[in-house]
Amino acid sequence: MSAYVCAMTSQHHDHDHDHSDLSETELRVRALETILTEKGYVEPGALDAIIQAYETKIGPHNGARVVARAWSDPAFKQALITDGSKAIATLGHVSRTGDHLVVVENTPTRHNMVVCTLCSCYPWELLGLPPVWYKAAPYRSRAVKDPRGVLADFGVSLPKDTEIRVWDSTAETRFLVLPIRPTGTEGFSEEQLAELVTRDSMIGTGFPRTPGAPS
Amino acid sequence: MNGVHDMGGMDGFGKVEPELNEPMFHADWEARVMAMVRAMGAAGAFNIDASRYYRETLLPATYLASSYYKKWFLGLENLLVDKGYVAEADIAAGHAVQPAKALKRGSFALSDVERIMVRGKFDREATAPARFKAGDRVRARNMHPATHTRLPRYVRGHVGVIERDHGCHVFPDTAAMDRGENPQWLYTVVFAGTELWGADSDPTLKVSIDAFEPYLEPA
Repeated sequence: MSAYVCAMTSQHHDHDHDHSDLSETELRVRALETILTEKGYVEPGALDAIIQAYETKIGPHNGARVVARAWSDPAFKQALITDGSKAIATLGHVSRTGDHLVVVENTPTRHNMVVCTLCSCYPWELLGLPPVWYKAAPYRSRAVKDPRGVLADFGVSLPKDTEIRVWDSTAETRFLVLPIRPTGTEGFSEEQLAELVTRDSMIGTGFPRTPGAPS
Repeated sequence: MNGVHDMGGMDGFGKVEPELNEPMFHADWEARVMAMVRAMGAAGAFNIDASRYYRETLLPATYLASSYYKKWFLGLENLLVDKGYVAEADIAAGHAVQPAKALKRGSFALSDVERIMVRGKFDREATAPARFKAGDRVRARNMHPATHTRLPRYVRGHVGVIERDHGCHVFPDTAAMDRGENPQWLYTVVFAGTELWGADSDPTLKVSIDAFEPYLEPA
């Protein structure tokens, strides 16, 4: 059903408010795109190319490769913690990463967690676009005050004396958590290690998978 | 501004609800909005700080009730109208009826896509020496600008320690308002949970923000 038809019919179906609201938004978005194209601000096809680039070039596979390399190569890990952007630039197979990337390492005594309380700042080249929960009020409001409560929502718990460090992304610096390498992975290749690295483990709201556990 | 976007420490929003196998976009229009924001920003219609400010200035009820990309759309529309790139008459007609306004970097072309897939650079040459160094105790100023700022309310008036110096960066407070890049020193400042939230805080909690020098005073 076209958005236009949808919006018209929904006027007769007040119970379906969310649906009609969405359709109205869709119409307004289309109109704005028409205006921008007609005014010559955006070359036809350029918006499709942006969307395609987001859908294919970025994603947590990039971050997972960085983490797997850090787990495998102590010199790289040290370089990564010293200057994240510079170290990642030496990995040819990872999507180009912007400046000011700070990599923060989890240890048995310290757990790191990343939030943006003011909007949605996120290292998207390495993790893809942020999930809805990262951008929504429950996470943004509570991560800095009750991180253990937030972790419980993810089914994650930490020993009670583990220090929790929450990084609020208030500037153009971006943070990537380097999780602890799972036990039982001795002799794993970087490719095998990368398979264990989850998006949430790089935000600090989860742990990497352990070998043999269901994914 | 003391807006509803400044959510750190607020209560009552409920549980975090992760979505299993979440798609990148939940509707096609969301992808179009994201692409329009990126393209028009790259073409020079606005900077990243202005785009954030325009989302913050949505009415609080609208901000809270709108999905993420709905906020992006509403902010984009307001921004393009205020900056003169789109006229109210264009929006009312659903297509361009007023002439275009020249963009700072020309129209956004297919060949620009690769460039925008890397975040921008925000560090700048220092114009003055850094006032603070790692280890210094600082207080986040009790300041309440009515315009854009990146100093969250929950740290204002509280004492923390400088952990890291990031060099000089574009200052969002002026950049968002078209008052220039005005580069300022940027520091990671760490606060104890008990300093921010009182005696009932989780004693293992530390929270850091990245704070521009004008947000800080010696403590």
